[in-house]
Amino acid sequence: MTIFLVRRLMHSIVVLLVMSFVVFAGVFAIGNPVDSLINPESTQEEKERAIEQLGLDRPLLEQYFVFLKNVARGELGTSFVHNRPAIKLILERLPATLELTVAALLFAIVLGVPLGLVAGLNPDTLIGRGILSSSILFFSLPTFWVGLMLIMVFSVDMNWLPTTGRGETVDLWGFKASFLTLDGLRHLALPAVNLGLYPLALMIRLTASGTQETLPQEYIKFARAKGLSPTRIIFLHLLKNIMIPIVTVVGLQFSVLLAFAVVTESIFAWPGMGRLIIDSINLLDRPVIVAYLLVTVIVFLLVNFLVDIVYSTLDPRVRLSGL
Amino acid sequence: MRSVAEPTLQVTDLRTHFFTRAGLVRAVDGVSFTVGRGEIVGIVGESGSGKSVTGFSIMGLIDSPGRVVGGRIAFRGKDLVALAEEDMRKLRGNRISMIFQDANTALNPVIRVDTQLIEAVRAHRGVSVDEARGIAIEGLKLVGIPAPEKRMKSYPHEFSGGMRQRLAIALAFVNQPDLIIADEPTTALDVSIQAQILHETQKLCRERGTSLVWITHDLTVVAGLADHICVMYAGRLVESGPVDDILDNPQHPYTCGLIGSIPSVNSRKKRLFQIPGTAPPLLALKEDCAFRERCPRASKTCAKAPPESKLGPRRMVRCFHPGSDGDDRHPAPAGRRAGTLPQ
Repeated sequence: MTIFLVRRLMHSIVVLLVMSFVVFAGVFAIGNPVDSLINPESTQEEKERAIEQLGLDRPLLEQYFVFLKNVARGELGTSFVHNRPAIKLILERLPATLELTVAALLFAIVLGVPLGLVAGLNPDTLIGRGILSSSILFFSLPTFWVGLMLIMVFSVDMNWLPTTGRGETVDLWGFKASFLTLDGLRHLALPAVNLGLYPLALMIRLTASGTQETLPQEYIKFARAKGLSPTRIIFLHLLKNIMIPIVTVVGLQFSVLLAFAVVTESIFAWPGMGRLIIDSINLLDRPVIVAYLLVTVIVFLLVNFLVDIVYSTLDPRVRLSGL
Repeated sequence: MRSVAEPTLQVTDLRTHFFTRAGLVRAVDGVSFTVGRGEIVGIVGESGSGKSVTGFSIMGLIDSPGRVVGGRIAFRGKDLVALAEEDMRKLRGNRISMIFQDANTALNPVIRVDTQLIEAVRAHRGVSVDEARGIAIEGLKLVGIPAPEKRMKSYPHEFSGGMRQRLAIALAFVNQPDLIIADEPTTALDVSIQAQILHETQKLCRERGTSLVWITHDLTVVAGLADHICVMYAGRLVESGPVDDILDNPQHPYTCGLIGSIPSVNSRKKRLFQIPGTAPPLLALKEDCAFRERCPRASKTCAKAPPESKLGPRRMVRCFHPGSDGDDRHPAPAGRRAGTLPQ
């Protein structure tokens, strides 16, 4: 376990370093942020002063090392646009995005696994086929269109759920959380469903195919030969075996959703990181972009770490030290 | 009370067919045999002879597209074919249990051994988890697994092949069934381990009066184990009888061939006998004797399916030309032996 932790930590640092340089160089190559930041009416002198002030006149590598030095002190730079620490901007909005992502994933798992089981156990029935066909629909419908339709149906026509914002929030360990109030939950529902539709389809397909692969296994037949009840066979012997691919995909999807929440956040005016990063890219607000990506990669790494831990508890043949 | 004479298992004219897309497969087609209380019956046959399907039919574990289409499986007088699934489930693992061919794939790889043992006990007996654990540990001791309390916490992959099969045998015995069906449980093991497992299973059955059906492709395995032997070929019994009678006085040319192909001390330096050809695909079965193509005694009569001839109370052969003469092992006319080596 210790070896695993140390090795994983070292991997993570390397990944972060490489990633930060790639992003740094990438944003540098796109263009000079000064062009979009400074009033076009300003004089050449004012312009040069601003460039000097932001440190943009120095060569790329030097800027990068200054950045690294600051990171080592825990500073990720100040936003060119907002003139506030970039990391603060990100962390203010991270909880909202995390909340949305987790809610979407939960929706996908809680609905997708049972539906997938039903489809996998009854592949030749109307219900089984119906579930699998509808999952294709969830795969293919574009998020922005589904979002608009959800608003049309549930907000405009039926007037059940609100369309924008997080609603009433509660302070939870210094962060705002929507899911603890009824109003917050009502605000969370539509964006979570919208974002969760794609992973829902994934869960259904994955569980269904896993079920169909596991059912003909000898150990399922042996469990039946022991005279176990069908419930126990399905919920212990079968489900535990198909949990491994499911956990893998949940881990991957978590990261993907975190990054792709942008569309949903825009449609439902959800105050998450998505909007911030889009604006920052438009204005080439490098500190914010880099800080955003660093935070995202750290979340990726954490999730992968958790997935590996869960693996080792699900499948005893997985040794953590070998990962 | 059931009478002393009532056999533990009486299979009559069992037919299990598979309705595949390619056509009807008569995997088991009219098999009858009896297993007395505490008796060990060996079912011998090559791959595809229907011996495993016979075992799974008794367990009620034939899956679609297969189905038991006819016959009777009387277990202590009760017909299992007609039994509802829920009642059958209560018998499985309880009164009738099964040892699978490969314990490596039969035990669930991601569930601890103690869980798999305890659930087997608790599925049929209203005991607490602790009591079930005690019963399970006793079971492991019985099959000679060292330090059972410690090994209970292991996963199947942490056991060696032989230990894993012992585990499967412990699972089969744990509810003290009346009948155990063993589907080639020693095939995947070393010869020395195989002998240990055979010996211990036999001992356990004798001690507890458990009836045993041992399915195998290896005649030598059942020769030392069984009381009674059934030889299967292409879904049918071709010969059955008490073990000594079958070995000393085989009647069916297939049985003669099987016995002839066992290496012995006397046959050193001679080329080992082999039955020419391979078993016919079950899809292509016609109305003739299925062994005809490979049989040295085949004649025109064999174009019809041979009937069962009773040679004694529990002695049967299905052949138009029964006999135990050694002629079969001599070279046959040219052409007939195509595909075999010259002798």
